[in-house]
Amino acid sequence: MKALSQKRRHPLAALVLLALALLLSGGLYAVATATNEAQAATSTSYSAEDIAEGQKLFVSNCATCHGTNAEGSVDGPSLIGVGAAAVDFQVGTGRMPMQMQGVQAQLKPGQFNDEQTMQLSAYVASLGAGPTIPEDEYLDVSKGDAANGAKVFLANCAMCHNAAGVGGALTRGKFAPTLMGVSEKHIYEAMETGPQNMPVFSDVNITPEEKRDVITYLKSQEVNTPVGGFALGSLGPVSEGLLIWTLGLVIVIAFTLWLTSRAA
Amino acid sequence: MSHSLQSDYKAKTTTGRIAHYVDQRVGVSGIVKEFGRKIFPDHWSFMFGEVALYSLVILILSGTFLTFFFNPTMVSVTYDGSYVPMKGVDMSGAYASALDISFDVRGGLLMRQIHHWAALMFMMAMTVHMLRVFFTGAFRRPRELNWVVGATLMIVGILAGFTGYSLPDDVLSGNGLRIIDGIFKSIPLIGTYISLFFFGGEFPGSAIISRLYSLHIMVIPAILLLLVAIHMFMVVIHKHTQYPGPGRTENNVVGFPVGPVYAAKAGGFFFIVFGIIALLSATFTINALWNYGPYDPSPVQAGTQPDWYVGFGDGALRLWPGVWPFPWEFEFLGGTWVLSVLLPFALMAGSVIMAMVFWPWIERWVTKDNRVHNVLDRPRNAPFRTGVGVAGIIGYATLMIAASSDLIATHFHVSLNDVAYALRASFLVGPLIGFYITQRICLALQRKDRELVLHGIETGNVVQLPHGEFIEVHKPVDEYRRYALVDFESPAPLPAQPNKKGKVNPIEKIRAGLSKIWFEDRVVAVTPAELEAAHHDHHSDNAVEGSVSASLEK
Repeated sequence: MKALSQKRRHPLAALVLLALALLLSGGLYAVATATNEAQAATSTSYSAEDIAEGQKLFVSNCATCHGTNAEGSVDGPSLIGVGAAAVDFQVGTGRMPMQMQGVQAQLKPGQFNDEQTMQLSAYVASLGAGPTIPEDEYLDVSKGDAANGAKVFLANCAMCHNAAGVGGALTRGKFAPTLMGVSEKHIYEAMETGPQNMPVFSDVNITPEEKRDVITYLKSQEVNTPVGGFALGSLGPVSEGLLIWTLGLVIVIAFTLWLTSRAA
Repeated sequence: MSHSLQSDYKAKTTTGRIAHYVDQRVGVSGIVKEFGRKIFPDHWSFMFGEVALYSLVILILSGTFLTFFFNPTMVSVTYDGSYVPMKGVDMSGAYASALDISFDVRGGLLMRQIHHWAALMFMMAMTVHMLRVFFTGAFRRPRELNWVVGATLMIVGILAGFTGYSLPDDVLSGNGLRIIDGIFKSIPLIGTYISLFFFGGEFPGSAIISRLYSLHIMVIPAILLLLVAIHMFMVVIHKHTQYPGPGRTENNVVGFPVGPVYAAKAGGFFFIVFGIIALLSATFTINALWNYGPYDPSPVQAGTQPDWYVGFGDGALRLWPGVWPFPWEFEFLGGTWVLSVLLPFALMAGSVIMAMVFWPWIERWVTKDNRVHNVLDRPRNAPFRTGVGVAGIIGYATLMIAASSDLIATHFHVSLNDVAYALRASFLVGPLIGFYITQRICLALQRKDRELVLHGIETGNVVQLPHGEFIEVHKPVDEYRRYALVDFESPAPLPAQPNKKGKVNPIEKIRAGLSKIWFEDRVVAVTPAELEAAHHDHHSDNAVEGSVSASLEK
C-alpha cells in the first residue's frame, strides 16, 4: 500500500489510470452488448432458409421504400437493427406494406400469412440485433397483475390512447389507435418498438413483467361487461352530452307533445 | 280568508273534518282558491321549465343519497374495494369513496348515474326553456327581470355542475380543476393570489375537494333554490304568456286552471321526467370514473372534456391561437399576462353570456318598444330577433363543438389542426351566415302566411268555367286558424329622434341605424281591408292568383 502511494506522483501514473479507466468502461460495454446480443440470439432460431425466403419477399414488396438492402430511402427508414418485433408488428397488423404514403401507416387486413411474416422478420433480424418477438411467458395474461397494469397504463399510455384505451387524436392527422381487439403480442411489440408516432418503452422503462401487466389490464377491459350499462364508446362527457341532446331531448319533447295534445 | 277561520261548518266525513280542522288554522282554502284558479295556457314548448324544475328535485334527492356515502377528503388511502384494477392503489379518500359508491354501495352506481344524467337534463332543459323564451319574445316587459333571474340560474347551474364534476378527484376532474387554476392565474395582477386562496396553497393542495363539497351541497343549491323561488313567484305575478290566437289578448290568459287540470298534469309529468332520467341512468354509463384513475397532476389523458354545458369555455380555449400572430403572453407590471387564456374566456365565452343577459334592454333600446307584452311572437314574425338567436346558437355551438375537436379528428379521420381552423372560421363567419339565412326564411314564411290568408289553401281542384277558362279553386283558411296568421305587429324602422334639446346625439344615430337594419325588410300582417278585397276577388272569380307584391313593403 505504501509502494502504491509513493508511486502516485510518478509521471506515468496518469497514463496508467487512464488506461485502467478505458479498459473498465470498454470491458463493461463489451459485456453489456454481449448480453444484449445473447438475448437476441436466444429467442431467434431462424433458419438460413427463412432468411433467404424473407429476403426474396422483402425485395419484391418492401425494397421500393426501404431500399434493396433495407438501408432506407427518402420514402422509408432504414430497417437495419429494428429487429424482428418491429417487422412482426408492422406486417402482422397489416400496416406494412403501407396502403399509401401519409402521416401515419393505417391499419388494414394483413397482406402476408404468418409464415411469410416470420420469414420477413427473420431477414430483418439477420441485418442487425434488435428487439425480438416476445416470449410467450410475457404474453400470458393469467400471470399478469391487472391492478399494476392499470397503474402503468394510466401513467404512461392514457395521455394518447385515452383512459379506457379507445384511442385519441395527435397533431396534423396523426392519432393513437384504439387498443381494444389488439393481440397480446402486438401490444407488447408496440411498446417495445414504438411504431408510428409512439415512443419506445424499453425494458428499462417498463419491464417485461410490467408490459404483461398492461396487457392483462387491457384484456380485462375488453372482456368485462361495462358495469354502468352501455359505455357510449368510453369517450367521456362528449358522447354523454350528445346522448342527452339527442335521445334525451327527443323523449322529453315526445312526452310534452303527448301531454298537450289533449285539452284536459 | 278570515271567514274560513270562524266558520261553524261541520264536515260529514272524517277526511272532511281533518281538512276543515287544518283549514281553520292555516287557511289553505284561501290559498287554493287563489292559486288553484291560476290559468296556464297549454303548449308543448311551455313545459321545458317544468322539466328543469323536476330535474332539480331529482338532483336534490339523488344528491342527498350520495352525501351519505361520499367522503370529501384528500387524505391518501389504499384502495381495497371490489374494483380489481384499482386494488392496492394509493388514492384520495374522495376517489376511494366514489369507487365504493360505484361498486360496493347497493344501488350506488344507479344513484350516481341518476344524479349525473339529471344534471345534464337540468342544464339541457334550462337551455331549451331559455331558447323558447328568447325566440317568442317572452322576455319583454314586464318579464325582463325574470329573464335575468333565469340567466343567473343558468350560470349558477354551470357552477353546480362544475363543482360536482370536480368532486370524485379522478384524473378527469383534476384536469378540469387544473384549467380553472390556469384561468384564475391568467387574471392580471391578482390571479396568482386568487388561485392560492382558492386551493389553499399551490395547486392541487389538500383542501380543494372539501371546499368544493361545501359549495356543491350547501351554498350553490341554496342559491339555486332561492332563484327558482323568485323565478316562479314572478311567473305568478306576471301570469303566463300565450301564443296569439282567437280570444287571446294582452289582458287575458286563455288556458286551463292549475286545479285540477295542471296539478294532475304537472304531478304526472314529474314522474315522467323521473322515469326518463331513471331509464337513461339504468341503460347508459355516465362518467366511468373507475377508468380514469386517481388524480395525479402529471398526466393529461386523451379525451379529457368537461360536461357539455362547460364545453363552450373549453372550446374557446382550444380555438384561441397559441402564438399567432404573436405570443399572447408578456411581462408587465411585475407579472406575466397570459392573454391566450384570459381573452378566450373574457371575450369569447364572456361575450356570449353578457349578450344573453342584457338582450332585453338591447332590444328595447333599438325598438323603443316599452309596452307590456303578454302575447308571444311567433318566431317568424320577429325575423331580426330570430336571426340573432340562430346566430347566437351557431356561435355557442361552435365553441361547444370545439371542446370535442380531438374526437371529431379521430372519428372523422381528419387532422386535429384542420378541425380547429374550420371551427375558427365557423365562429367568425357562421353566425353572420346563419343570421342572414334565418332572417330570409322568416320573411319567406311570413309571405307564405299572407298568401294563405289572402288566397286560401290550394285544393288541387282545377275547374273549367262555361266560357272555357280554367281556374284553380282555393279553399279559404278557417277563421280560427286565420287569427294566428294575422295577429302580429311589423314595426317600421324608427328614424333618429331628437332629444329634449332638439338635438340628435350620436348614440341615437347608431340606434336609428340599427333600427333600419332590423326592420328594413319586413312583411306586414294582412289588414281586414286587404282580406275583404281578396274575398271580393274570389267572388268575382277572377285574378285568383292576385299580386301580393303590392302589399309587401320594402
